[in-house]
Amino acid sequence: MDKIVFRKPKLLNDTPFHYCPGCTHGIVHRLIAEALENLGEYDNVVGIAPVGCAVFAYNYFRCDMFQAAHGRAPSVATGIKRATPENTVFVYQGDGDLASIGMAEIVHAATRGENITVIFINNGIYGMTGGQMAPTTLQGQKTTTSPAGRDPLEHGNPIKICELLATLTGPAYIARTSVHDVRSVKATRDALEYGFAMQKNKRGFSLIEILSTCPTNFHMTPAQSLAYVKDVGCKAYPLGVYKDIGLQAEEKKA
Amino acid sequence: MRKVIFDEKLCKGCELCVTACPKKILALSDRTNAMGYRVAECIDQSKCISCAFCATMCPDCVIEVHKEK
Amino acid sequence: MKKLWKGNEAVAEAAIAAGCRCFFGYPITPQNEIPEYMSWRLKEVGGHFVQAESEVSAINMVYGAAGAGARAMTSSSSPGVSLKQEGISYIAGAEVPCVVMNMMRAGPGLGGIQPGQSDYFQATKGGGHGDYRLLVYAPASVQEAADLTYKAFFRADYYRNPVMILGDGMLGQMMEPAEIPAAIDPAALPAKPWAAGGRNGGVQRVINSIFMNPDTLEEHNRELTRKYEDMAKNEVLFEHYRTQDAQVVLVAYGIVARICKAAVDALRAEGIKAGLFRPITLFPFAYGELAKLGNGAAQKFVSVELSCGQLIEDVKLGLYDCEKRPQVGIFARVGGNVMKPEDVVAYVKEGRLSASWIK
Repeated sequence: MDKIVFRKPKLLNDTPFHYCPGCTHGIVHRLIAEALENLGEYDNVVGIAPVGCAVFAYNYFRCDMFQAAHGRAPSVATGIKRATPENTVFVYQGDGDLASIGMAEIVHAATRGENITVIFINNGIYGMTGGQMAPTTLQGQKTTTSPAGRDPLEHGNPIKICELLATLTGPAYIARTSVHDVRSVKATRDALEYGFAMQKNKRGFSLIEILSTCPTNFHMTPAQSLAYVKDVGCKAYPLGVYKDIGLQAEEKKA
Repeated sequence: MRKVIFDEKLCKGCELCVTACPKKILALSDRTNAMGYRVAECIDQSKCISCAFCATMCPDCVIEVHKEK
Repeated sequence: MKKLWKGNEAVAEAAIAAGCRCFFGYPITPQNEIPEYMSWRLKEVGGHFVQAESEVSAINMVYGAAGAGARAMTSSSSPGVSLKQEGISYIAGAEVPCVVMNMMRAGPGLGGIQPGQSDYFQATKGGGHGDYRLLVYAPASVQEAADLTYKAFFRADYYRNPVMILGDGMLGQMMEPAEIPAAIDPAALPAKPWAAGGRNGGVQRVINSIFMNPDTLEEHNRELTRKYEDMAKNEVLFEHYRTQDAQVVLVAYGIVARICKAAVDALRAEGIKAGLFRPITLFPFAYGELAKLGNGAAQKFVSVELSCGQLIEDVKLGLYDCEKRPQVGIFARVGGNVMKPEDVVAYVKEGRLSASWIK
């Protein structure tokens, strides 16, 4: 007899992802499902899909889902969580959705300490609309709206969401992870599990920023894209825990 | 026994599993699936250590990994 | 039992009586008493109040709470309701029931804070992007505002569609004796199997307004249109005041209709056969009922409004097929000004029917 050491988590259904080959959305979807399953959360989960490539995320999870207007997912989550506090509520947003058009919503959900978990996919580019400059596009990075590379004098500077939100009193847990290799994928799952545990323990707002790729619009192979995140992305956006008030009230961490 | 099992209809040939495999036993086959992608396969199941690195990196939940008891 | 209620507070209490347990809003004059009242009152009944960072955020909180199955509401005034339009379009597209209160002020832009009716088109013709309609109630008294707010939650659930209460600064701010409808227990309301409120027993529910396939989206639009046509068949509300033998019919809604009633009485006292037709639902509009008047004794219709020619378009539409082709004119004050009954009387006695409010 053999035993299964890896299979698709049950919270995901059998629909194939519509994402491009090598797109890390698929990895993160799976990690969310694994993290929730590890905590025994299944039926009492409500997710919110953003506008962007993950607009169809509701096609892949078995839990109840909402599709939100561009940038508004944290507000939708607030409404759901207030109306049904017994649910574990997660928000899935990209960098254009969260850090550009939805900046007000995310900052205020964070400062209210809204008891929700936000998964923030940062790949530094608009994927669905065809590779335009995102608020998190790196200095010098070429996009279809910064064809000569992002110039801070012309286009402004990249936004660091974890650093920004960690200055607020409201959030319980703020961390930045990556999915560029096996070790970072596992660390991301742990961070997601911790974020969901925060919510379960009613500790308040948690956000996990995940450095991700967009091979299609990076004009790289999937493997090259991961190497780019490792070598360039992680330097511009240092990984780590930016805020953690501890899973229990008496715990206090840095 | 087969330790890594590919659900070939889901594979997009992105090769992230190939890059992740520490034993270098994964490669793209000459087969294409209905989506038109060349699918990944294991060229030597006997060398597999069931580490599941391939499945961990696979963005499309293509791979199921088994281990001998 | 009747008590003296401020309009804004009466609608807030009526919402709670109807089982509303989630309110999300943002301060804007002249509706601030609604969020203020909700902030402490909802706590008493185990509900939830959030002062959002913007109207944009507030309407999306409504989308979340109502999509999860709760009776939810937001309120604002004209510029704030403009900001909510994105969310209202999504809510209508996703077929989520909720109540939106607009205590109108004069516009455009930041405009003023005095009463207006210049959001008539926005309220009745969609408001945001895409094809959709709201069920729109236009109360003319504090009592009616309370009654229609209460009713709004039930009609919203029935149609799975947002319902708008279109009031104005005067209605929100004035005090009148009113009785709030008897409170229901929201826990006793029928379950909403479509709501994405978790505990789904393995059957996923999705609250969604994206349909990438043109045929699917067309079918969705067909279903929505069917719903709006059902509303037009079943939900039309209106009031006649001395119209039976009227030769001149004033058409006005909301607070302006109260002024027109006084004008009708004054005109009658002078021997002029005047009447008032008051639409209570603005969508669906009482086109048919208006046409009956147009085919009867009435030869002249005056749209009396606090906008630059909005209500008059629906008045003309209602009379379009009348054989006698009655004349239609407009009498309006805008900018926060409200006409007096004697202004309306003078306009009617002059006998002129202006096509434009500035002529």
